[in-house]
Amino acid sequence: MSVSQQLQGIWPFPGGIKLDGKKSLSCQTVINHAELPRELEIPLSQHIGHPAEAVVKVGDSVKKGQLIGHAKGFVSAPVHASSSGIVTAIEERLVPHPSGLPALCVIIDTDGYDHWYDCTALIAKNDAEHNGLNALSAEQITGKVAEAGIVGLGGALYPSAAKLQTARKKDSDTLIINAAECEPYITCDDALMRNRPEEIILGILLIKKVVGAERCLIGIEDNKPEAWQALLDTIQGYQRASHEHDKQSIEIIQVPTRYPAGGEKQLIQVLTGREVPSQGLPMDIGIICHNITTAAAVYQAVYRGEPLVSRIVTITGGAIKKPQNMEVAIGTSIREVLDQAGWHKERVDKIIMGGPMMGFALPSIDVPVTKATNCILVSEPGELPTPPPAMPCIRCARCADSCPMSLLPQQMYWYAKARELEKVQDYNIFDCIECGCCSYSCPSNIPLVQYFRYAKNEIWDDERERNKANLARERHEFRQERLEKAKKAKQEAARLRKEKLAKKKAEDKKNAAAAKDGGSKSDNKPASSHADLIAEAIARSKAKKAQQQALKKNTENLTEAQQKQVNEANERRKKS
Amino acid sequence: MLWGILALIALAAFFGLLLGLAAIVFKVESSPVVEQIDALLPQTQCGQCSFAGCRPYAEAIAAGEAPINLCPPGGEKTVQALADLLDVDVLPLEEDEVLEGPVVAVIIEDTCIGCTLCIQACPVDAIVGAAKQMHTVIESECTGCELCVAPCPVDCIEMIPVKKTISNWRWPEPQYDVNNEQAANIFTTIEKVLAESTHP
Amino acid sequence: MFVAQSSPFLKPALSVSKMMLVVTLALIPGIITSTWVFGFGVLVNIVLAIIFALGFEALMLYLRKRPIKVYLNDKSALLTAVLLGLALPPLAPWWLTLVGIFFAIVIAKHLYGGLGYNPFNPAMAAYAILLISFPAEMTTLWPSPSMLAGHESVNFLQTLNFQLFNQLPPSVTLDAISYATPLDVVRTSVINGLASISEIEETGKTFGMLGGLGTEWVNLAFLAGGLFLLKKGVIQWHIPLSLLATLGFFSLLFGSFELDSNPSPLFQLFSGATMLGAFFIATDPVTAATTPKGRIIYGAGIGLLIYIIRTWGGYPDAIAFSVLIMNMCVPMLDYYTQPRVYGHNDRDQQP
Repeated sequence: MSVSQQLQGIWPFPGGIKLDGKKSLSCQTVINHAELPRELEIPLSQHIGHPAEAVVKVGDSVKKGQLIGHAKGFVSAPVHASSSGIVTAIEERLVPHPSGLPALCVIIDTDGYDHWYDCTALIAKNDAEHNGLNALSAEQITGKVAEAGIVGLGGALYPSAAKLQTARKKDSDTLIINAAECEPYITCDDALMRNRPEEIILGILLIKKVVGAERCLIGIEDNKPEAWQALLDTIQGYQRASHEHDKQSIEIIQVPTRYPAGGEKQLIQVLTGREVPSQGLPMDIGIICHNITTAAAVYQAVYRGEPLVSRIVTITGGAIKKPQNMEVAIGTSIREVLDQAGWHKERVDKIIMGGPMMGFALPSIDVPVTKATNCILVSEPGELPTPPPAMPCIRCARCADSCPMSLLPQQMYWYAKARELEKVQDYNIFDCIECGCCSYSCPSNIPLVQYFRYAKNEIWDDERERNKANLARERHEFRQERLEKAKKAKQEAARLRKEKLAKKKAEDKKNAAAAKDGGSKSDNKPASSHADLIAEAIARSKAKKAQQQALKKNTENLTEAQQKQVNEANERRKKS
Repeated sequence: MLWGILALIALAAFFGLLLGLAAIVFKVESSPVVEQIDALLPQTQCGQCSFAGCRPYAEAIAAGEAPINLCPPGGEKTVQALADLLDVDVLPLEEDEVLEGPVVAVIIEDTCIGCTLCIQACPVDAIVGAAKQMHTVIESECTGCELCVAPCPVDCIEMIPVKKTISNWRWPEPQYDVNNEQAANIFTTIEKVLAESTHP
Repeated sequence: MFVAQSSPFLKPALSVSKMMLVVTLALIPGIITSTWVFGFGVLVNIVLAIIFALGFEALMLYLRKRPIKVYLNDKSALLTAVLLGLALPPLAPWWLTLVGIFFAIVIAKHLYGGLGYNPFNPAMAAYAILLISFPAEMTTLWPSPSMLAGHESVNFLQTLNFQLFNQLPPSVTLDAISYATPLDVVRTSVINGLASISEIEETGKTFGMLGGLGTEWVNLAFLAGGLFLLKKGVIQWHIPLSLLATLGFFSLLFGSFELDSNPSPLFQLFSGATMLGAFFIATDPVTAATTPKGRIIYGAGIGLLIYIIRTWGGYPDAIAFSVLIMNMCVPMLDYYTQPRVYGHNDRDQQP
């Protein structure tokens, strides 16, 4: 392993802001374990893509780590029980989401034993000195990652297995591990790195093997020297232990602390100087980026066979008595977590999931911790004040100066407000990463990020509506065509019938003439046959009509109540 | 004098010719206005505009026989878009009742007698079923035009609003502008409610 | 009911009100120096301008049905008033200030839509209108600076009396207490071929150590205030630097051919309203260019125009006209100097 201890290869990104990290609040070496709650509420959709489908029924008894929802489709992830107990309900419950809307959850009444389901590891840890690692195939690892329900734990929540598979196909040369953790207040990655550096490095080696990258860069902000040292020591330990021939190159690079250095695109730029193309993926430039927590989860899945059933959560903020990092079972209610950490209920101002720059206010504290929950920030009054109403934009361009994507937020805001969505798109709104730098720097308190989210949503909505309208138009046109065809067919049939009739008539005439010629007295026969024909036709049509009505109305064998309903409906129709 | 007139005539002829040529050479192929109007209509085919569908309404607008504000499903957005396209003034929507979000038809299965009347009424073939068999609305295809509601002899079709879920939830437009005092007030009350609801 | 509030939740670093206040505070060294050099007329101008500006602002907000308290508190009218007060000749009569402020607040600002919507710098638009409408009052009412040998001055009450009621003490004439500004002297003398630079220098009434006699101190004070703003991050370096550099460069370029008919670059930089313009007027966020490249071009344009108008134009100082002309170019500058967005090629720019 080649290790670089120096700052190297730093390409600064434009914009960004210096923030007061507030990380010392919750930054301790210990990771506490949250107590097991009485009830777990596990959402079936904790990732980007299709929600998982429940595979347990109410009343089933489940064990810790047992599959309760299986992945549906390529971009999806399974969900596991995070403790043993009995499934008491599968219903819609409030979940942590900015909308405050409910989603389908599996509710488990825990039995307190915390019994593990039978989890098989792919390799034992003591076998990890690369022999075990070499014996594993990339497919095996990816399979295990998919099975374990691992998603991008840095906040993207994209199913990791899907990402690994795509990256493998695309020949990525660089693996970047995101350990920047640039949001203020959050220290869960820091704590993880200090406590479990070995797991992280082993996890990284697994990911590296799957991706087939030649080099691996760990990017960490320079405000976490302890974590950096811990990782560095571990890497050096492996360097000494490993054989010459399978030298793994993992470099750990300290990047200057500036928000949003932990943004995927920004970190890639800082570490490699390359830019992810607009609307593209890091893979397009041969890079794959994973979060450090994801790496640890991959380790747990492969070396211990454990699926993702818990995560480290930072509980912090002015209203928390003892800010700390806790390992919490997924599905634990946030209320219970806060109770355990201790909080000044009377001093609570806002409860935010995630950091203060990109997190969202929780609609309630009775929502579960999910795979996405990296931080619960409980602020006291004055800590994160609601901004006063927005003033007009004074075009100071502080937003543009702070934008790490070099966008022009003031222009996008202008057009978003006027609903000129095409113009907003012309100003590249879809390159916006919603990091919040612009809103933070805006002296007029304009909620720029929300304007951009709103504009993006509107553009998507418009597109969806357009697609739907196009579909409706197609179907309508198809129907018109079909009706037209049916009409034509009917006319054609009528014409044929008429022709036949005419032929018959002609023949009759001929016959009659022949009869006449034959000197018969049947002079009035044609007339009578004509009348007969009409009568016959009427009778036929009546019969057909009756038959059709019988078919259509189907009102015979109705019950009394149904008959009554039909009558009532008929009344109503007559009236209207 | 004469030369002056002649020169002017010659110039006029020359430029006229030039313009004529330019019109032919640089002709902009634009889709007929009916197509453009039709593209802006929501294609519910509901007939609330009193025309037999979106296309006939588009034709009527193009011919100048119908105003642009007859389409309730399209809402103000459509009126605005039509006004922009045709460069006419925005008219307020004719309809008094404002639609509260999109709706879809749902057939109450217990009541349906399988009469196929709704199937015949549906302009986009979004109802499947056969005579004497239960019918079902394909939700994704339903445009919410309500044309199937009236023909049903047993009143078993209901229009229900499309359910709000996390996947179709959208960020609202920010409202709290300092120029909009009312909105600012609403915002502060929301803040209060929010504070109460998150407080234990 | 739950309504989503979008991130970020961190308190914004700066508010409009604070921004305007800091800029106004940064003007204080300049105001003090100005008063020291040119007498109490400067203070009278500023105070009158503030009173008129707040009055007109409140009136316009009332007429436009805008929340008066919020907008008065943004302090943008205050800043406009102080800037115009500083730009006016220190012995300006009260009605000149009134007309200027009326034009700045009512016409140049509110008729264009109020804060954030005005394409032209209100203070400079007003200054330009005054200069065109009342050229005599705008150029002859400069009192001689306190450091001028044999200088006569009027005290506070006498100044006030003159500005409000146009009355001077019987023993004093206007000519005795006023002087032609260094820029004016240089322009009229050199253009008309009356005197060369060295001849003007010999009179000892025009040149100081760096720039114009008296005005050099004022400029130094504004430079200090401007550097403070830069340090505080309230303004960006692009505009002041490119403005001063361009102005300095061109005066050096032309000055090096004909030393005796062109004042030195230092004179250009430390005379008139150069520093005030560079740090406080050209950097007005509402009317300046917004992109980094645009700002540099904008500043350079102003610097060049200042040199051109001062040297060959019809007015001694040129900040107002230069700023206004470049204000007109801002939409175009912003459009053509958009930065390259992350992940885009250079070519797919400019919507």
